[in-house]
Amino acid sequence: MQCERCHKNVATVHLTEIVKNEKIEKHLCEQCAKEEGYTIKTHVSLQDLLTAFISAHGEADDMAGATCPDCGMSYMDFRNEGRFGCPNDYEVFREALDPLLEKVHGSVEHKGKLPSHASESQRKQRQLMTLRRQLREAVDREDYEEAARLRDHIKEMETTDGAA
Amino acid sequence: MELRELAGTLGEWLRGDGPQCGIVISTRVRLARNMAGYPFLRRLTDDQRADIRERVSQAGSELDLITAPCLIDLGATSHMDRQFLVERHLISRELAAGEGPRAVLFSGSETESLMINEEDHLRIQVMRSGLQIDEAWRQAGDLDDRLETKLDFAFSSRLGYLTACPTNVGTGLRASVMMHLPALVITRQIEKVFQAIARMRLAVRGLYGEGTQAAGDFYQVSNQVTLGKTEEEILETLSLTIPRIIQYEEKARETLARESEIFIEDRIWRAVGLLSRARQISSGEATSLLSAVRMGLHMGRLRGLDVQHINRLFIGSQPGHLQVRHGGELSPEERDVERARFVRSVLKDVDLN
Repeated sequence: MQCERCHKNVATVHLTEIVKNEKIEKHLCEQCAKEEGYTIKTHVSLQDLLTAFISAHGEADDMAGATCPDCGMSYMDFRNEGRFGCPNDYEVFREALDPLLEKVHGSVEHKGKLPSHASESQRKQRQLMTLRRQLREAVDREDYEEAARLRDHIKEMETTDGAA
Repeated sequence: MELRELAGTLGEWLRGDGPQCGIVISTRVRLARNMAGYPFLRRLTDDQRADIRERVSQAGSELDLITAPCLIDLGATSHMDRQFLVERHLISRELAAGEGPRAVLFSGSETESLMINEEDHLRIQVMRSGLQIDEAWRQAGDLDDRLETKLDFAFSSRLGYLTACPTNVGTGLRASVMMHLPALVITRQIEKVFQAIARMRLAVRGLYGEGTQAAGDFYQVSNQVTLGKTEEEILETLSLTIPRIIQYEEKARETLARESEIFIEDRIWRAVGLLSRARQISSGEATSLLSAVRMGLHMGRLRGLDVQHINRLFIGSQPGHLQVRHGGELSPEERDVERARFVRSVLKDVDLN
């Protein structure tokens, strides 16, 4: 389809306008759409969403005075910049951050890979967390055989404390 | 390193020989990592940034991490050269526009790249031709494992890998599949597809990442969620969704071929005509014409040309490439003339039928 304004380029912008109850369709190329004053915004960036969400969030007010002792970043700085100053900010602003993470990711708990040299206890802690979640899921779907197996596994891991 | 030498070549991921390469251009996987014991990028002094740049590039060379490595100190490059690297997807727009000590280390095949001092201290990127999500992830995961033997990354057992922006926390994993969806655009089904993608918690972006326009019907589909799932679970959502989108695009192409044959052939051949005869051509016009030619090629309406020609034209006609090849800056008007000349010169030797 050709642009109906310049009759030169391919029309890539398709607009539907309602004027006085009448539907008007326009087919323009990008250049002409810009010249006619239409702003084309097909994509909202994650950052925009994040900033909008942070500013809309009530909990932020309670955090307004909080400042990270490590990097000196305040919650207001984070609100304005949308980026943290150091790893410790995740702990300092935890209260305000958790609902945000829940909204963006649907979770506040890492399940992915661990650094290869993560301390053995950290690794074990994670493994236990996973096993407990699996146990809960097994009980939920009434798979008692699997649940018993998981329960024994958890017990075994807990008693062999410290043995890596 | 002379960037000019690269200008005439294509990265391995642009050879157009990967699975599903008619519709999927490439697959990209990147991991965001930060060094433990340092603030995030925005709070780093220039000395600390230089320190991180040295430590990462040294770890890379000690581990022999990357084949035929090329290290570019981005603080010492011109705007034109950085634009050139962005067009080849070796660095992000964010890294190009950044300031202070920063660098990129990439492989001779241009399939692996380590961006140092981007939004995070380190971005590990792997590119593959066509749809190769698992392969790209395996390679990125392997680079990460090996780097971890030398470097200590910021990590919490609760939240995983800690990143400057909470949209990347957890796995730090973003997998993007670049797709060419012209028939869905022509048949105006693309919005519907976007809505379906959003319901899967996947994101759609333009050609060069976040906030960029979808030029020439090219779209990047990527995961939005990085926390609360394993890497494999995150990638599975993408692996299940992309073939569905491919199917929709194929169906739309079939419908066009059946019901609007003359319209579609006219569109393809007009594009060929303009590209091989025009004396000045803007980047936007070239991109949308090349999109039509690419579609024509894969619909079997055009012979004598292969995907590599298209990719060469596509990358080579971008502003940074035109200028690096020319050996200096060009005004936008000069670029349009230079671009038309470049496109004509590539198509001159091609016997289209």
